[in-house]
Amino acid sequence: MPKLKIDGKEIEVPAGLNVLQACELAGVEIPRFCYHERLSVAGNCRMCLVELKPGPPKPAASCAMPVAEGQEVFTNTPMVRKAREGVMEFLLINHPLDCPICDQGGECDLQDQSMAYGVGRSRFDENKRAVKDKDLGPLVETHMTRCIHCTRCIRFSTEVAGVEEMGATGRGEHMEVGTYIEKCLTSELSANIIDLCPVGALTSKPYAFAARPWELARTETVDVMDAVGSNIRVDTRGTAVMRVLPVLNEDINEEWISDKTRYACDGLRRQRLDTPFVRRDGALSPANWDEAFAAIVSRLRGMDGAKIAAIAGDLADAEAMCALKDLMEGLGSPNVDCRQDGAALGGGARSGWLFNTTIAGIENADAVLIVGSDPRREAPIINARIRKRWLRGGFKAGVVGPNIDLTYSTEHLGAGPQTLKEIADGSHPFCGTLKAAEKPMIVVGQGALARADGAAVLAAARKIAEDCGAVTDDWNGFNVLHRAAARVGGLELGLLPGMGGRDVASILDGASKGEIDAVYLLGADEIPMERLGKAFVIYQGHHGDAGAHRADVILPGAAYTEKNATYVNTEGRAQRGRRAVFPPGEAREDWTILRALSDPLGCKLPYDDIFALRRRMAGISPVFDEIGLAVPAEWGAFGTAGAMDDASFATPIANFYMTDPVSRASETMAACSRAVLGLGREATGTDG
Amino acid sequence: MNVEQAASFAFTPENEAEADKAVARYPEGRQASAVLALLDIAQRQCGGWLPRVAMDHVAERLSMAPIRVYEVVTFYEMYYDRPRGTHEVRVCTTTPCWLRGSADLVKTCEAELGIRVGETTEDGQYSLSEFECLGACVNAPIVWIDDDYYEDLDPEKLKAVLDAFKRGEAPKPGSQSGRQTSAPAPGLTTLTAKTAKEAR
Repeated sequence: MPKLKIDGKEIEVPAGLNVLQACELAGVEIPRFCYHERLSVAGNCRMCLVELKPGPPKPAASCAMPVAEGQEVFTNTPMVRKAREGVMEFLLINHPLDCPICDQGGECDLQDQSMAYGVGRSRFDENKRAVKDKDLGPLVETHMTRCIHCTRCIRFSTEVAGVEEMGATGRGEHMEVGTYIEKCLTSELSANIIDLCPVGALTSKPYAFAARPWELARTETVDVMDAVGSNIRVDTRGTAVMRVLPVLNEDINEEWISDKTRYACDGLRRQRLDTPFVRRDGALSPANWDEAFAAIVSRLRGMDGAKIAAIAGDLADAEAMCALKDLMEGLGSPNVDCRQDGAALGGGARSGWLFNTTIAGIENADAVLIVGSDPRREAPIINARIRKRWLRGGFKAGVVGPNIDLTYSTEHLGAGPQTLKEIADGSHPFCGTLKAAEKPMIVVGQGALARADGAAVLAAARKIAEDCGAVTDDWNGFNVLHRAAARVGGLELGLLPGMGGRDVASILDGASKGEIDAVYLLGADEIPMERLGKAFVIYQGHHGDAGAHRADVILPGAAYTEKNATYVNTEGRAQRGRRAVFPPGEAREDWTILRALSDPLGCKLPYDDIFALRRRMAGISPVFDEIGLAVPAEWGAFGTAGAMDDASFATPIANFYMTDPVSRASETMAACSRAVLGLGREATGTDG
Repeated sequence: MNVEQAASFAFTPENEAEADKAVARYPEGRQASAVLALLDIAQRQCGGWLPRVAMDHVAERLSMAPIRVYEVVTFYEMYYDRPRGTHEVRVCTTTPCWLRGSADLVKTCEAELGIRVGETTEDGQYSLSEFECLGACVNAPIVWIDDDYYEDLDPEKLKAVLDAFKRGEAPKPGSQSGRQTSAPAPGLTTLTAKTAKEAR
């Protein structure tokens, strides 16, 4: 632990830090543009110059200077001030003076640091350089004349995203940051370069000229586009969600979010259900709440509980699911399921459905076996963590399932259960790799579990975990990677078929055969609606998607930005989402709808406010009392050993950009599907 | 880029062998170090410039991301990402050559070839460019044509060299003033004696 003096103040810092980090520990702010704690050191902006003793009589770049014993750092001497002024003047030489029309205005590092450390005038009389803007796709808008060549975007796409597409072409005065060939960025994390850009060179295309940062109200909440539970900040103006930004959480998303998390929010303004609907004479027509409730009560009252079923969708919050479970209990129905995709999860030990290693724990692993999962599309943030671990070296990854580029080198072991069987009985060579690893991980995806033989696959994965020493007292390397934000919450609450109850497949069977007469869909859109037969369908949700089209009664609910709600991520970490705006029109928070409906149905739910409901949830699972913590799970029995099908594991995500009602309604996500994946219709002349 | 690109690229068997040799110079895992050599081989094969398929081929061969190769090509002045003339005429205009009259050489080239700096003749024979120090200041001023330096030039001598090229000849590279390499221009000033005795 070297001791050094910073501006006369003595401080002891861990070895291996650089002077900039040491200054930060000492509470001294060092201006910087190119340095970023999660990227490699480039040292090319020169803004972090400080004076060092001992050392040559000139300023040194603190980001690239390791700390040393007995060093003296001066950050406020005339030399340092003059150096910063000089660097600032140079950086501004080619930077246009277009702050009034720049989207970065108000949250621009260059603006702020120019105010704090610049001289406020320029001696440059020649022509400024102009650079042609690049087309990087539907998400990132470029104004390359504003670029100060910090290379953060290049380093991000090369290091963190693992998709080497950006670079610096040309040299000196002619250097340009871009992709050289015109192409759109294909990384699922590409838009993070907008946050990284310290100037207005890379800005958000969908948010272009939409708002100024000081007009926005900020709400920190949780994302639901995947099961990672990324921490986000929702910026709103009036009733509109203007943009979504990441919030730092070292345990989950660090400071990144996926492009879907960031840009699906424009889907919140389209296709919304803002009033109840009742189907009359075959057509849905707007109604008020009383009419909608009356329509439901007239059908459900007196109906045999065994003929009623409920399915919770992928975006449902825990409060609503808890209320749904209690309502179905009140109606005497055991037919409840939260696993739309039919994954063989739940019913066994809690560790059998969690990402037990935790996301931060990935960094301690030294081998991973990925079974039937495409983490790059199912959970880009988790994939980035695995890549971060892989970059450090000494890490082996094997894949059973589709052979996909995951941005790190993987060994493709096989396509389906046959390979899994070989690994489970120890005859596959990768078994040796896992056994040799100190902390091996197994990641089982929904592509392997959402099949008829899912329980057998789960059991085989469990056997591998146990045989390879992936589960010890201080390490649990068995992981299930979910892709729905609601799923773990539903499993924790026990939204599973009760005694003699039906699961999703059986509910659909029953409905098509006429054995199920009423189905309550809580935001469930990803089931084959045509199989609901003649059943009376109540759809509660926020978007006019598949479920609403089939429904007989629609109850408008709130989207994730519009309710105070709890979500449990794939690690089993309960987090609270906060309301950023009110739901549109007549829409209400979901649990209140269920609570209100329970009264006329004659089984009034015993909670009148969200606190009572949350006490009820905590009574079911203590996870809901430990907000923000990944509660570790005991190792126990789960899965059912049995024969496995020969069919290969399929990837459950065909289109990363459209996986749920919100992203399917989003224009930006549609543009990405077209531009990046080449999906959907061709653009026509009226597309603008 | 509004440049007509080739559809595919592959090294000729001879160049393939050259490329193998270049790659073999570097230790296992450091193959990307051969990028400069491979690009040069590819550029010679493609007639003095690098179509994108050639850059992509080099990138694939060295397991590099294509953008890393594009960066290299655009960084160095001696790689071209668009078609050039058959003959590359590069005039050194850095201070020593400039003091020795390189500005006149630029004018001579422009007049003789009928193009300005940075342009290519219409028949596709000559491209003219200015270069920074070619590192042969002792023989300034210098013009670098294709793979050879033509040294100790003045407008007349340069015109003679260019005329020879136009006739399809290959003029003798090196000093055009008649001196041997960079021996003193006015003739020997020391070691002029025939025998050791005489020198004493």
